[in-house]
Amino acid sequence: MSEFEPKIVGFFCNWCTFTAADLAGTSRLSYPHNIKIIRMMCSGMVDPKYVIKAFLNGADGVLIGGCWPGDCHYINGNLKARRRVAMLTEILKEYGIDEKRFWLRWIAASEGTMLREVVNDMTAKLKELGPSPLNREALGEKSEKAKMIG
Amino acid sequence: MANFTKLSFKKGELNQKLADLFKGMMEKGVVDALLAPMIQPKRGVMLTLVTDPSHLGALDPFAPVVPVNGARIASSITAKPSGRKTAMVLRSCEIRALVELCKLKQANLDDVLLIGMDCLGRYENLDFVKLRAEGQSSEAFLEKALAGNTESGGCDVSGACKICEFPVPDNVDLRLCAIGTGAEAVYLESLTPKGDKALEAAGLNTGETPAGREAAVQQLVKKRKEACDAALAQYRESTPSIDALEDRVANCINCYNCRVACPVCYCKECVFVTDTFRHNGDQYMGWADTFGTLKMPTDTIFYHLTRMSHMSLFCVGCGQCTSACPNSIDLMPMFRAAAQKTQGRFDYQAGRSHDEKQPLTVFENDELVEVTGQVK
Repeated sequence: MSEFEPKIVGFFCNWCTFTAADLAGTSRLSYPHNIKIIRMMCSGMVDPKYVIKAFLNGADGVLIGGCWPGDCHYINGNLKARRRVAMLTEILKEYGIDEKRFWLRWIAASEGTMLREVVNDMTAKLKELGPSPLNREALGEKSEKAKMIG
Repeated sequence: MANFTKLSFKKGELNQKLADLFKGMMEKGVVDALLAPMIQPKRGVMLTLVTDPSHLGALDPFAPVVPVNGARIASSITAKPSGRKTAMVLRSCEIRALVELCKLKQANLDDVLLIGMDCLGRYENLDFVKLRAEGQSSEAFLEKALAGNTESGGCDVSGACKICEFPVPDNVDLRLCAIGTGAEAVYLESLTPKGDKALEAAGLNTGETPAGREAAVQQLVKKRKEACDAALAQYRESTPSIDALEDRVANCINCYNCRVACPVCYCKECVFVTDTFRHNGDQYMGWADTFGTLKMPTDTIFYHLTRMSHMSLFCVGCGQCTSACPNSIDLMPMFRAAAQKTQGRFDYQAGRSHDEKQPLTVFENDELVEVTGQVK
C-alpha cells in the first residue's frame, strides 16, 4: 500500500503567510503538495465553522497562517484568531480530533523558508499520526460506511 | 456582614407570606413592578410581570419548574429599558445567564432589583403539570427536596439540576434563602447596598442569621459537584469521537429548538437559518455523488459543533436544550462538557462575575504562547 498522504487545509493571511507562500514559489523552494491553500484577508477572518467543516469533510490537518503579534495588517486580528484557536482546540479535542492536527503559526511575508519548514513539518507529523478519524476515505471505508458527516 | 430577615410562615402559607412581602414592597414604592413565577389561570407556572399588587395571590416562586430560562425574559424587559424599577425573582441558572447577557449588551440591570432564590431543581414542564394535577404543592416539594429527595410520582428533577453546583444564586441584590433555614421559615438576605436599601424601604428588620445554612449549602454543593464530575466523565467516556457524537444526536432533525431555548444563544438571526446554509440543489447532488448517499437534512454535526464554539464559553448548564429537544436527545452534558473545557482554558466561568470579560472579547499580545509555540 502506498504511503499515506495527509490532506491539509491552509487558511493563509493575505498580508503575510500567503505572501510567504508566494515568496517560497518565486524563490523556487518546493514544499509538499499536501496543503491546499485558501487565501484569507486575515487570520482573524477564519471562522471556526471553516475549520470544523474542513475536519468534518475529512481533512487530516488544518493550518492557519497569520502575522506575528504586533504585525497584523488590521492591528489585532491575529490575536483574536489565537484566542479562537485555543477555544476551538478544546472542543475538537473532546471529540478525538487531536490538537496536533490543528495548527496556528505566525509566518511573516518575508519568511518563505519558514513556510516551507512549517508545511514540511506538519506533513511529516501528520504522516506519523496517520489519517484523521474523519478521513473515512483514507481509512478505507469508502464503499461501506462512507457518507458525508453531518 | 450578612443581613438576614427571617420570614416565618405557617404550614401551607409560604406563598401567602411571599405575596405579602412583595405586595408590601410594591405598595411602599420599593419597586414598581415584579417579575416572578406565578400560577397561571389555566395551568402551569410561568414568569409573570406584575404591576398591580392586588394580583399577587397567584405568586409561587418555589414552584419546581422553569418553562423558559428567565434570562431571556429579563432581556426582553430590560434590553430597551422601561425606566420602571422592577424586582425580578430568578434562579441561579437564570441569573448566571443574565450576567452573560448583560455583558453581551442584551440586558440591563440598572432599574432591576435582582432577587435570587435558592433552587433545588426543576421538573420537566409536562412532569410538573402532571404533578400539579396530582396535587403536589411547592411547599411539599421544597420540604422533600431539602431532605434530599426530589423524586415524586415517578418523576424527578431534570438532569441538569441534579448536577448543578449553583443551588444558591450569586450576583444578586437580595437572596431568598430556603436551604438550611429550618422548617417553616425562609430568609431574605441582602448582599448589596441596593438590597439593603430595599429591605429598609420595605420596613424589614435584619436580625438573626440562619445557623445551619452555611453547612447545608456546602454539603449540597459538594454532592452536586461530585454528581457533575461523574456525569461529565460518563459522557466523555461514552462520546469520545465524532462517530459517537453522531450516534448521540442521531435523532436530531435540525429543528434548532436547543438553540431557541438556550438563554445565551442571543443572535437575532442564527447563521444556520441564513442563506449560508440554504444550498443549491447542485450542491446537495454533488455531496450525494461523492459518497452515493446524503442524509437530509444535512449539517447536523456541523450545527452542534458550531453551536459549541459559539455558546460554550457562556453556557451556564441550565439544561433548557435537553428540555426543548422534541426527540429526547440529552444535549445538556454535550454542551456542559464543551463548556467545562473552553471556559477552563481561559479560567472563565459563565455568570461568575460582571467584571470578568468574555474570553473572545479581549486579547493580549503576550499570552497563549503555547498555541503557536513560537517566540520571536
